[in-house]
Amino acid sequence: MTLKTETDVAKFIGDANAKVRKLRIVGGGTRQQLGKDCESDAALSTAALTGISLYEPSALTIVAGAGTPLADIQEALAVEGQRLPFEPMDHRSLLGSTGTPTIGGVVACNISGPARIQAGACRDSLIGVCLVDGTGTVIKNGGRVMKNVTGYDLVKLMAGSMGTLGVLTEVAFKVLPAPETTAVLLLEGLTDVSAVQALSKALCSPYEVSGAAHVQKGLDGVPVTMIRIEGFEKSVAYRISQLQNLLADYGESAIETDPERTKAGWKWVRDVEGFSDRLGDVWRISVKPVDGPKVAKNLPYADCLFDWGGGLIWALVPEKTDIRKDLQGISGFAERVRGGAQDTVPARLAQNPIVAKIEQGLRAKFDPNEILNTGIMG
Amino acid sequence: MEMPTPDIRIMNQKSQIVQLLQEVLPKEAVIFEPRELHAYECDALTAYKCPPMIVVLPSSTQEVSAVLKICHAQGVPVVPRGSGTSLAGGALPTEDCVILGVARMNAVLETNYDDRYIRVQSGRTNLSVTGAVEEHDFFYAPDPSSQLACAIAGNVAMNSGGAHCLKYGVTTNNLLGVTLVMMDGEVVEIGGAYLDSSGLDLLGVICGSEGQLGVVTEATLRILRKPEGARPVLMGFDSNEVAGACVSDIIKAGVLPVAIEFMDRPCVEAVEDFAKAGYPTAEAVLIVEVEGSDAEIDDQLDKIKKIALKHNPVELRESKSADESAAIWAGRKAAFGAMGRINDYMCLDGTIPVNELPLVLRRIGEMSKKYGLKVANVFHAGDGNMHPLILFDANKPGDLELCEAFGAEVLKLCVEVGGCLTGEHGVGVEKRDLMLTQYSMDDLEAQMRVKDVFDPKWLLNAAKVFPLSCSNERRAK
Repeated sequence: MTLKTETDVAKFIGDANAKVRKLRIVGGGTRQQLGKDCESDAALSTAALTGISLYEPSALTIVAGAGTPLADIQEALAVEGQRLPFEPMDHRSLLGSTGTPTIGGVVACNISGPARIQAGACRDSLIGVCLVDGTGTVIKNGGRVMKNVTGYDLVKLMAGSMGTLGVLTEVAFKVLPAPETTAVLLLEGLTDVSAVQALSKALCSPYEVSGAAHVQKGLDGVPVTMIRIEGFEKSVAYRISQLQNLLADYGESAIETDPERTKAGWKWVRDVEGFSDRLGDVWRISVKPVDGPKVAKNLPYADCLFDWGGGLIWALVPEKTDIRKDLQGISGFAERVRGGAQDTVPARLAQNPIVAKIEQGLRAKFDPNEILNTGIMG
Repeated sequence: MEMPTPDIRIMNQKSQIVQLLQEVLPKEAVIFEPRELHAYECDALTAYKCPPMIVVLPSSTQEVSAVLKICHAQGVPVVPRGSGTSLAGGALPTEDCVILGVARMNAVLETNYDDRYIRVQSGRTNLSVTGAVEEHDFFYAPDPSSQLACAIAGNVAMNSGGAHCLKYGVTTNNLLGVTLVMMDGEVVEIGGAYLDSSGLDLLGVICGSEGQLGVVTEATLRILRKPEGARPVLMGFDSNEVAGACVSDIIKAGVLPVAIEFMDRPCVEAVEDFAKAGYPTAEAVLIVEVEGSDAEIDDQLDKIKKIALKHNPVELRESKSADESAAIWAGRKAAFGAMGRINDYMCLDGTIPVNELPLVLRRIGEMSKKYGLKVANVFHAGDGNMHPLILFDANKPGDLELCEAFGAEVLKLCVEVGGCLTGEHGVGVEKRDLMLTQYSMDDLEAQMRVKDVFDPKWLLNAAKVFPLSCSNERRAK
């Protein structure tokens, strides 16, 4: 059955709830491997909930159906010289998945990219949601204006809830102007520790860094540290040269300004392309930046890519390695993004029992019969 | 303002409850003498007053936990309070409640410049967070007008914004983690000094929950390096429509100013009378501020001035010095004070889609005539957050009610054109009874379910946010 409207979704879920039939929610199907395996009797596709219902460039606002392809939204924004601020990752190459990423899937998994270090995560740009909860009830929260503190912020709660609290039908975002120019400062051969120091130094400068990554093995096999500056041409030229002076102690730097090359470089970081064609499990670890190199040191068997100034580590490790035992004493969280059967290795760090109780309580309220993506978040 | 009937059984147990609280807090941290309680009878929404039963002023997370354990066991309602600057009555007491004030908890616990965060106790004032990192050229971005006095606890509770949030976001975008004491006294850490956490985004729903889910005692906040400089330009226009069109064109051109402030003629006139800021006589005045190095600022202001000139401004004044910048901001910053000098006022803060600005201002003008009350508009134009100030005379019988009716009509209009009731002040008691104009019963039910999970007995700040008729059954449990 094709679900074309919110009413269709509400009816479908209402029926499933009455019969306690477990549903697996699917948008474009490109990120189905994220989270733990879940029990399901049937699929619920949001793919037909398409279309941009409102786009006001002067209000920096866009509203679209959850099934709208991400690419459609990006194209519409590009026409007006705007973009989604959080640079969502495309998981297809890393996970070997096919299909078309949808905006609903991006929100359900709270997918962000390198720009998150400056512009915030998907949840930070998300300003409104419509959803259908596990009882088939339609719920709306937030709206289409960027400043809104009317009632509880269920918008944030829904972002990253992986469908367990409800099925998104419509989402609204604050968008930003796309920059005129991009420049990237490149440093070669740095150790993890000095690279993260260099990134911190750049991020602690007033030059508005919009991307800060380090890879242990770049395309040429040597470590590469990348710092991105965006904006109007003159301003970018000024800030990148200031950064070059600031980071002079870290060796000679190169500046890349070719639009195709800078775009490809950051896509490579964003989509973790370096691990795409290589065997092994991939973990994603979030810590404070200064702990980034410690994480890598504790995982001598891993290849690491650092984003977010060192605070996000992508680690490629031998299959079925549970890296969490090696991360004792470091605050943050780790989840496995790619790897064998999800039920054999717990994908997340163990949780504080009070937090777990709250989460369980919320799921029980929004999905009392446990029919939505059951078990996907553990 | 209708508030729940106080529970006589609880009020009869006041002395026992005081005794229990004194066992876990220093003597001077428990206030229960009626004359001392008066200081806590209202917040900055002074139209409504009610002295609480008891006030406690704990100094640590452990003390907060001990207090909440007692209140939870005794079934005593608790109203958390930061600095009491809420314009929405978020800290308005009930007669049977314990006010839990966090003002004594104002320490800086940790600063980390490499990782760009600060951890503070929640009673610390907003401006003093910046004060703690300023010598290293850092700042904490959200800047509510009350930032000299307001506490981080209140900022987190209301998800406070400010003039500069077009570029830097509001509290929720700058909050990394909290220590939360649940109503039953359990202490839980949510989030931390890293960007992404596992599981549901509880931090996101705690921020902005108006103190109804738990008491935030510590917060980890993102700090940013100060820009090299900032400079405003002042523009005057013939009509609100033209000023609104100019704002649209600036945003569409890809320039993202750090602030775009809008003042209408009544506001400008009041400000001129009071602050003598030298504002032009115009229907609408815009202040647009950009940041960066001198050259970057010149470049951005050139772009902005070119756009403005297409709209035939009656005045276009670029600041050339720190003094001139201060003069341009002086009027805007004095706006509330200027209105307060004329009369009592009620400050609304509905948000509208930016393109609806001319229509909404025209309709507010018509309502002003209908109600016979003057109104002046200050407005964060970049993000659509309005601040109509309705003037009334608190000593004149019926004027407050008239003003409230006017305010309600304005807020309904904000919702009607696609906006919301409150952009940064919160619902509190002030907008509680209007919630059904923006949300359906199902929408509110979904929000109340969240409270059911965090505070099943509905003891924390329970008479706020939701219309009493919606929350009655839950509070009576």
